[in-house]
This record gives sequence, C-alpha cells and structure tokens, in this order.
Amino acid sequence: MSMQPTQSTELEQAGAQPFLPATETPRLPEASPPPPAPRRAGDAAPLVEMRDMYVAFGGVHAVDGVSVDLYPGEVVGLVGGNGAGKSTLIRCLSGAHPADSGQIFINGQQAEIRNPRDAKALGIETIYQTLALADNIDAAGNVFLGRELRTRVGSLDDAAMESATRNVMGRLNPRFKNFKTAVKSLSGGQRQSVAIARAVHFNAKILIMDEPTAALGPAETAQVRDLVMQLKAEGIGIYLISHDIHDVYDLSDRISVMLQGKLVGTVDKNAVTKDEVLAMIIMGKQPGEVSQKELAELHA
Amino acid sequence: MSEATAAPPTAGEPTGRSFRSLITALELDTRLLGMIGALAVIWVFFHVVSNGNFITPRNLWNLSVQSSSIAIMATGMVLIIVSRNIDLSVGSMLGFVGYTMAMIQVEWLPKALGVSYHEPYVWILALLIGIGIGALCGAIQGFLVAYGGVPAFIVTLGGLLVWRGLIFRFAQGQTLAPLNEYFQLLGGGPKGAMGDIGSWIIGLIACAGIAYTLWAGRRRRRRYGFPVRPLWAEAIIGGAGCVAILAAVSVANSYLWPPQLAENAGFATPPPTGVAYPVLIMLGVGLVMTYVATRRRFGRYVYAIGGNPDAAELGGINVRRTIMGTFVLMGVLVAVSAAVQTARLNAAVTNLGVQNELDVISAAVIGGTSFAGGIGTIPGAILGAVVMQSLRSGMLLLNVDSPTQDVVVGCVLVAAVGFDSWVRRRGS
Repeated sequence: MSMQPTQSTELEQAGAQPFLPATETPRLPEASPPPPAPRRAGDAAPLVEMRDMYVAFGGVHAVDGVSVDLYPGEVVGLVGGNGAGKSTLIRCLSGAHPADSGQIFINGQQAEIRNPRDAKALGIETIYQTLALADNIDAAGNVFLGRELRTRVGSLDDAAMESATRNVMGRLNPRFKNFKTAVKSLSGGQRQSVAIARAVHFNAKILIMDEPTAALGPAETAQVRDLVMQLKAEGIGIYLISHDIHDVYDLSDRISVMLQGKLVGTVDKNAVTKDEVLAMIIMGKQPGEVSQKELAELHA
Repeated sequence: MSEATAAPPTAGEPTGRSFRSLITALELDTRLLGMIGALAVIWVFFHVVSNGNFITPRNLWNLSVQSSSIAIMATGMVLIIVSRNIDLSVGSMLGFVGYTMAMIQVEWLPKALGVSYHEPYVWILALLIGIGIGALCGAIQGFLVAYGGVPAFIVTLGGLLVWRGLIFRFAQGQTLAPLNEYFQLLGGGPKGAMGDIGSWIIGLIACAGIAYTLWAGRRRRRRYGFPVRPLWAEAIIGGAGCVAILAAVSVANSYLWPPQLAENAGFATPPPTGVAYPVLIMLGVGLVMTYVATRRRFGRYVYAIGGNPDAAELGGINVRRTIMGTFVLMGVLVAVSAAVQTARLNAAVTNLGVQNELDVISAAVIGGTSFAGGIGTIPGAILGAVVMQSLRSGMLLLNVDSPTQDVVVGCVLVAAVGFDSWVRRRGS
C-alpha cells in the first residue's frame, strides 16, 4: 500500500517533534481564516461549536484552549499525533470526560454536557476507538445499551430490539447474522458493525467517529467510508478522528489539526495538500509558513 | 469465529443427527445441563455408597429445606459477582438481621403494642421490618462501594466484623426463643409445608406457567418473523419441565410426617408433608431473580457493567446506582434467608450464619458465576447450592466428620471452577 512510507516518516518525525514547539514563533490563535467549506445557504449556525476548551490531567494540559466547529452535512477530520489531545477534546463532546472549562454550543444554543446521557439527549452519538461494547451481551443488547425498549409492564422487549437491530444491520452489514451470540465471539468487523449500528440507529445529528477503521480490513474500511458519505448526505455532521491522514484527507471537508493540546489550525481540505497537513501535524506550521525544503524533509 | 460458524438459524428442520444438534435445536444451556448431570452423579454415588439411603423421600426433602437458605442468598450473590464485586458480609448480616427479627417479635413489638407475641400479625411486621433492616444494611455497604469508592472486598470484610460484633453487643450471649408460631412455619418442618393437595396445586400452576412462557415467547418471535424452535423441541422442553416439577412434588408428598408428631397433632395416620415453605420461598425468589436478571433493565445493566464497565458508563448507564442496587437486593435476600434460618431453629442465636458467606459464594461460583465479571445465572447458583448441600448431607450420611467434609467441599469447589475455566478456554 502506498501509505506505508508516509506513515513511517510521520512516526519518525513524531519522535523528534517535542523540540519543535519550543522554537516555534508565537502565533495568533485561530490564525486560519474561517473556512470556505462547501456549505448550503441555510446553514448559518454551526451544528457544534466548541469554544476555548480546556482539559488538564494533573499538570498536563491535554486540551489547551481549543475552539472547533462543525456544520450539518459536513465531515471535519480531527488529526494529530499520539497525545495531541484529539480524543480528549472529543470526549468533552461525547460526555465521557467533561471539560474543565470552555463552552459548547449545539445549534447555537449553549449546552451543558456532563455525561454520555446528556450528549445522547442532544443527538450526539459516538463510535469509540475501543468500540465500548459489553462483550457478554448480544448485538441487540449492545445497540440498545442504556436505551432499552420495554414492554408495557417494563420488561425488556428483546424481540423488538432484535427486530430493530436486524433492520439497521440490514443496511450496514447485510451479511451480519449472529444476533443470538455475545459480541465477544464476533469478528473485528462485525463488532465494529455493532458499534456503528448503535450510533446510527438513534437518528444522530452529530456523529463522532474515533479511529473507525483502525481495526478493519480493506473491504470493511471501504464499507465505513461509504457509510460516512451516506450519513453526510443525510445532513449529519461528522467528526472523524484518525491517525491515517489519507482516510481523513479523502473523507473530510475541513481538517482541524492538533499538536500538544493546542489547535494548530483548521483548513479547507481543497485548499491544502496532504503534505501541508502533515507539516501541520508534525511541525505545527501553517500551510503558508512551511518552506519547500521542510516539505521535502517530511519524506526524507 | 466468523461468518462460517454463523450458520443461518436452523430452527424448523429437526436434523437430529447427533446429541449436539439436538441440544442446539432445544437452545439449552449446556453448562446448566452439565451441572444437572454432575448432581445426578453425586446423588447416585452417595445412594450406592450409603446402601440406598440417599435418594429417599426423607433425605431429598431435608436436602431441599437445607439448601433453600443458601440458595436464596446465592441468587443475590450472582448479581454482585457478575458486576465484579463481592459480598463477604452476608453471614454476619444474616445473624444480625435474624437476631433483630427475633428481638422484634419476642420483645419489642409485644411491649410496644401491648400484645402477646403469638398474634399472627406480629410475625408479618417482624418480617417486614427485618427486610427493611436488611435493605438498609445492604444500602450502607452499597453506598460505600458505589459512591465512596472503597473496594467491595474491604467494605464487606468490615461488614463481616461489624454486623457480627453488633449481635454480640446487643445479645450479650442470650438466645431468644421460642418465636412466634406462625413465623416458625417459614423454617419448614412437617408443619411448615404445603401438604399434598397444596403441593399438587402449586405443581400444576408451575406447569401452566412453563406452558404459558413457552407459548408467549413463541408468539412474540413469530410476530417479528424470527425463527422459532420446532414444535417438537418446545414439546420436549415443556414436557421435561413439567415431568420434573410433578416428580419433585410427588417425592415431597411421599415423605410422611414422623409418626410421633402426627400422633401428637391428632392424625390417625401420618399425612404427606409436601413442599416445605422455605423451598417454596426459594423457588419464588429464584423466579423473581431470574426475571430481574434477564428481563429487566436493572439486570441487563448489572451484566453490562460486569462485561465492560467503561462501555456501560459510555452507554449512559448509571453505574453507581446499579451497583448500589445489587447490594440493597442482597440485603433483602439476606433478610429473607435470616427469617428462614431463625424460624428453622425457632431461636435467635449469636452465631447464626457464621461462615454462610463462604457457602453462598461457593454456590454461586459452582453454579458458573465468573469472578472475571459478566457471567453467571440464577438457576446455576441455585443448583450450585444444592450441589454443595448434597455433598455435605451425603457425607453426613456416611458419618464423615466435619473437618473432612470441609476438605472435600474445598477441593470440589476449586476443582469445579478449574474444570469450568478449562472448558471455557477450550471453547473459545
């Protein structure tokens, strides 16, 4: 695969990167201009706006004053090396780990997201990198985990949940047949299908995908890509978090780059090259700031 | 495993080629079947070795009564262990709640209400207050575990000392006896049993319940167009269940009152005993707990937490409240068991329930509950309690002394869990 060399370069460079920000010249926050991403006329208010988010673990600023936004029907790639803070930022939005400070606006309204239940009530669904499946429970049980359907007397309505799960699976992964077994005994791709089914079944308006293709083979990765395009067409806003610059570059409308807890910038995908994004990830330099020599060195 | 093993549901076509495909068609729990097989082996072994004294109505009836108290608590312990916790305090808590219940009916209520402790409502009040105290004890421990962040092992180890210590402070060595005569019936004995007609009625109701459950489940799956079990499979399951129930009833009914007792009570010939009340309570608890564990949100959350605590939290489950709930439920079940044990002794003694925690945990674990979390069933735990009690009662028949009994039971416990995890490893 052609992505292999670039990835290894990225890793080598990432090893040397701690020295870079120290020599970095101070720059204005939000240096990049508001992106001219393709957007429909009525979409004035962003679906999600996170302003000045801070999260610290002990003395470490995992997320340090980051502001990002997301519009309906848009895919925003969130990229950065390991420990850049992208997952932590997104955990504020999914309610998994509330921010220390900062504001979140959903459809222009300030929202308080203290736990995953709050996030789900706002139409925010998350596909976690770890998938967050209860291994001992079957597919339907996982899809409806925390939101079980019940009969009139309050019992679990397993038949209704299985039926709904069969429907959504028919759309996502028609070959999926193991509705009776615990998800522990499913393949990686099937488990991923269950995690995705959970996110899309509840009519999410905002979808967070944290490394959705990390554990998948080529065919399944293609399936996820198709799904992203389909959901985007339905007007869902998607945050796509990935190590894989190619995935992000192919699927995103805009790309937000993080480095060491700070936002390097948000760029329109069509206005930058992959190498320029790579330079942002590794060196924290804006597309305009980076020299041809430095770009060449990325591949050295 | 992959698509290859995910054969389309074969319901509808009885292949019947092998035992395995029969089991698949019946959708039975192989682990539970294995336990029933092991129990049968134990019974036959003791029957042969004791020259035909084990599988007798009298012995089986006693076995059922002796198993019930541990089995009741084991159903709660399953949920605690499934959610990756442990409760070491149940024996002491049982002693504490049992003593309190006795105190309430013998001293406090008669004094407060100015009535004799023989009044029928005294025992009901005592039982209800006792259940409330059990729930409260469980809630305190559950709160410390779920919200206080103290490991369950430590909290309940503390509980083991605290509840037992409180009994001694409070009882000062006194034994409280006798108890309210209606309350005594909860403990079993010939009087504390259903009699033959009552037992048959209960048996028939249970058979109707099985038939209804199978029919309702089938109708439900039909409505959604899911594959259903072939009719012959439903018939085998329902038939086997009904035969087992009616056989148990007939065994209980063929155990007659001891002649002396019958004579004293004015019977010309000893009447049939029937199913004992504590056994009935245990079966009722087992049913309710199975429903809670498999058909209610609470149960689903307990299993989800055991399977993956992070996933449960991210799924929006209130993990802390659920964990606390398991401890409250445990406290209630401890109180029910306390009533059974105190009633059976017809006295409250300070060492009631000593080491019961070990029997309860063993029953749950022999019944297939995994300390890794997320795995365990209520019927398994009840069977586990019966297996433990069968070993003890069989060895008692053979005049094996108590220390040797402990050695055997300890070895069986470790061997059972070892075998189980070996099978599981091979299976995956």
